[in-house]
Amino acid sequence: MAKVLFKKQLSKDVFLMRLEAPLIAEERKAGQFIILQTNEDIGERIPLTIADADQKEGSITIIFQVVGKTTYDLSQFNKGDIVPTLVGPLGKPTHIEKYGSVVGVGGGIGIAPLHPIAQAMKEAGNYLILIIGARTKELLILEDEMTRLADEIIICTDDGSYGRKALVTEPLKEICERDKKPDLAITIGPPVMMKYCAETTRPFGIHTLVSLNTIMVDGTGMCGGCRVNVDGKAKFVCVDGPEFDGHKVDFDNMIARLNSYKELEAESHRCRLEEEIKIRGGR
Amino acid sequence: MSFKNKIELVNEARELLYKYLPVKDELKPKDRMTIPLQEMPSQDPIVRRSNLEEVALGYTEEQARLEAMRCLQCKNKPCIAGCPVAIDIPLFIQHIVNCDYQSAIDIIKKTNLLPSICGRVCPQEVQCQLPCTLGKSLKDVDKSVSIGRLERFVADWERNTGKVSIPEVKPETGKKVAIVGSGPAGLVVAADVRREGHDVTIFEAFHKLGGVTRYGIPEFRLPNYVIDQEIDTLQKMGVKIVTNYVVGRTRQLLDLMNKDGFSAIFIGTGAGLPMFMGIEGESLVGVFSANEYLTRANLMRAYERGVADTPIYKSKQVAVLGGGNVAMDAARMAVRLGAENVYVVYRRTEVEMPARKEEVAHAKEEGIEFHFLQNAKKIIGDETGKVKAMECLRYQLGEPDDSGRRRPVVIPNSEFIMEVDTIIVAIGNNSNPLISQTTPELKVNKWGNIIVDENQKTSIERIYAGGDIVLGAATVILAMGEGRRAAVSINELLKNEKE
Ligand SMILES: Cc1cc2nc3c(=O)[nH]c(=O)nc-3n(C[C@H](O)[C@H](O)[C@H](O)COP(=O)(O)OP(=O)(O)OC[C@H]3O[C@@H](n4cnc5c(N)ncnc54)[C@H](O)[C@@H]3O)c2cc1C
Ligand code: FES
Repeated sequence: MAKVLFKKQLSKDVFLMRLEAPLIAEERKAGQFIILQTNEDIGERIPLTIADADQKEGSITIIFQVVGKTTYDLSQFNKGDIVPTLVGPLGKPTHIEKYGSVVGVGGGIGIAPLHPIAQAMKEAGNYLILIIGARTKELLILEDEMTRLADEIIICTDDGSYGRKALVTEPLKEICERDKKPDLAITIGPPVMMKYCAETTRPFGIHTLVSLNTIMVDGTGMCGGCRVNVDGKAKFVCVDGPEFDGHKVDFDNMIARLNSYKELEAESHRCRLEEEIKIRGGR
Repeated sequence: MSFKNKIELVNEARELLYKYLPVKDELKPKDRMTIPLQEMPSQDPIVRRSNLEEVALGYTEEQARLEAMRCLQCKNKPCIAGCPVAIDIPLFIQHIVNCDYQSAIDIIKKTNLLPSICGRVCPQEVQCQLPCTLGKSLKDVDKSVSIGRLERFVADWERNTGKVSIPEVKPETGKKVAIVGSGPAGLVVAADVRREGHDVTIFEAFHKLGGVTRYGIPEFRLPNYVIDQEIDTLQKMGVKIVTNYVVGRTRQLLDLMNKDGFSAIFIGTGAGLPMFMGIEGESLVGVFSANEYLTRANLMRAYERGVADTPIYKSKQVAVLGGGNVAMDAARMAVRLGAENVYVVYRRTEVEMPARKEEVAHAKEEGIEFHFLQNAKKIIGDETGKVKAMECLRYQLGEPDDSGRRRPVVIPNSEFIMEVDTIIVAIGNNSNPLISQTTPELKVNKWGNIIVDENQKTSIERIYAGGDIVLGAATVILAMGEGRRAAVSINELLKNEKE
């Protein structure tokens, strides 16, 4: 159980929440995630990355985009409400060390999980280049926070409504082409974006980490629902990940698996969602 | 065997009972041998294909007493040796004959804390019922006294009559004991340690308690209210429960002692990491581990489509790979979720299947097709990455292997195609990796199972372990037995420390 301490809408579908979770705040490290439910009896268990933590307040921050029933329900929670199930921190923390220069690429909601990793990389003394991108200006989050952290920042939007009109892979390629190429790339965002970022860095031989957000159930290595193919072997994202070598991940398979329930969701959830939106006055 | 409904079975039993009751104390073994085995009343197979309610309805009193009269009350009592926790079986059965169910349950509970669970899920035909003298005399283990059904009968009697007593708890000692995991192993340690007056907290990773008995074994075999009852008893004894707490992540194992002041820990985290076969196409959409499939259906209530938020795959043609209880449960769940055809594909033959016989019989009644001496070679997908078919191979039985079962050998060039849209893999589990991953001091064997001594103590002082995390995927009764042994050790440790 976790109380909502603070809630803020960052863009049309994106929300930031601080949840009371002193133990998770104490133990969590960059790269880890939590699993939550909005209803203990019938709710789905969904993983969300921990975007930040405040040990003094005993809270963690999550940033999420409304994409389905559970994230929609969560967006309807307000300050003082109780999230019935919150468990974590899960997954292996990011390995932080002084690599030299690190380029971080965050796309859309992926900027949120990139934030704590960027922070830790900076603190470890790395030269930090950040590329953040979104479909459109509206959807760009954490610009100030990321700008403050970065030694260099590049902002792009797909439609050119803000920053450079480009996909994140474009500036990434330029950075890889520099005389002094980065020692490490970390990219977090939609699977397709991570796939192409990994393709971009591959010819340059730059070690590239991706953080995978697969379907999960337990998050403790019991069900195998979160498995992905890495280097031809099945890996469990919740206990072996969430970070993997982007050059070895079979993204196409992962994308297909992420869509396993798409048709079903569309069928059974849309009607209920619409119903609810009607009842709640179309907020 | 044709299906008989409960009323028919009860009527038959009543008639016979009246015949035998007046002479119950004079029955000779040969009389007892003629009493027919009492069939378990069950839901009509056609009806139960589309509900989640318990299949086996439990003996009625008439049936129980008649079945109890079948026990020869033989001198050497081989059943007791066959029981992993050595229940005094003939004695509790004799009490059933005499209608003294309270004494019967008291005897069972001396060694078995979870009789309503064990009566339902223990593999009796390879334990207590295997050496049964009656079965031996009738030259058929299936004709042994139905000890498990009788155990369930008295456990249900106790619950239904509201006679479940809350065990006495000794005065508080103020010593804290942490239990990690709320499966059968954890639950019995909690009860036994709490009885000595220690301050017990159960930490469970999931949002609900019970371990595999909740998320793995389906309601149609073990209803949730049975588990709820056990947990309710623990809470009434004053056991504290913390859900959504992953030891090793939310708190490091050793920090429970170093930071939180626990004096001893029991680890009962169960099996984990489902095994896959490592064949081509195993990551296609539509391939699931049985754990995932069953957890979605049971724990996340995906069975209730339209109510639960957790989706479950819509399948028409399902192949389940494996021959154990897990495979049976997955196959029978798939039927209940609306699959048209469900095939159990197993490399060996029916004789070698590790599943409980009753489950296999029930599965057959429900229309599940068994394909013996076959196995998957590769899984074939369509252009969208979904399962379309499975290429299989045929096998024959060769020489016995280490386990004494005859080893299946591939028949060359026997490939054939089975058209399925869903494949559920139920070929076993590796161990749960979380605690050992984060506590390198804890010694594990090459399979990742925690190594313990004869007192269930791990390589770390004050930390004990038991159940599937030690044994590999095993059984409820063995997990419980290990739990009881661990509890004795923990109680001993703490007693000797009284200052
Ligand atoms: C589908 C299925 C059918 C079965 N059928 C039968 C049967 O018919 N008869 C039979 O005897 N046996 C059966 N079994 C096996 C039996 O259920 C297990 O042997 C038994 O439950 C093991 O008990 P346990 O207490 O060791 O662990 P589990 O029941 O596995 O419980 C472990 C608990 O620990 C929790 N946990 C794990 N890691 C952590 C952590 N780090 N922190 C906190 N909590 C954690 C888990 O969430 C879980 O609740 C079946 C198993 C399955 C999967
Ligand atoms: S979420 Fe179940 S094993 Fe990873």
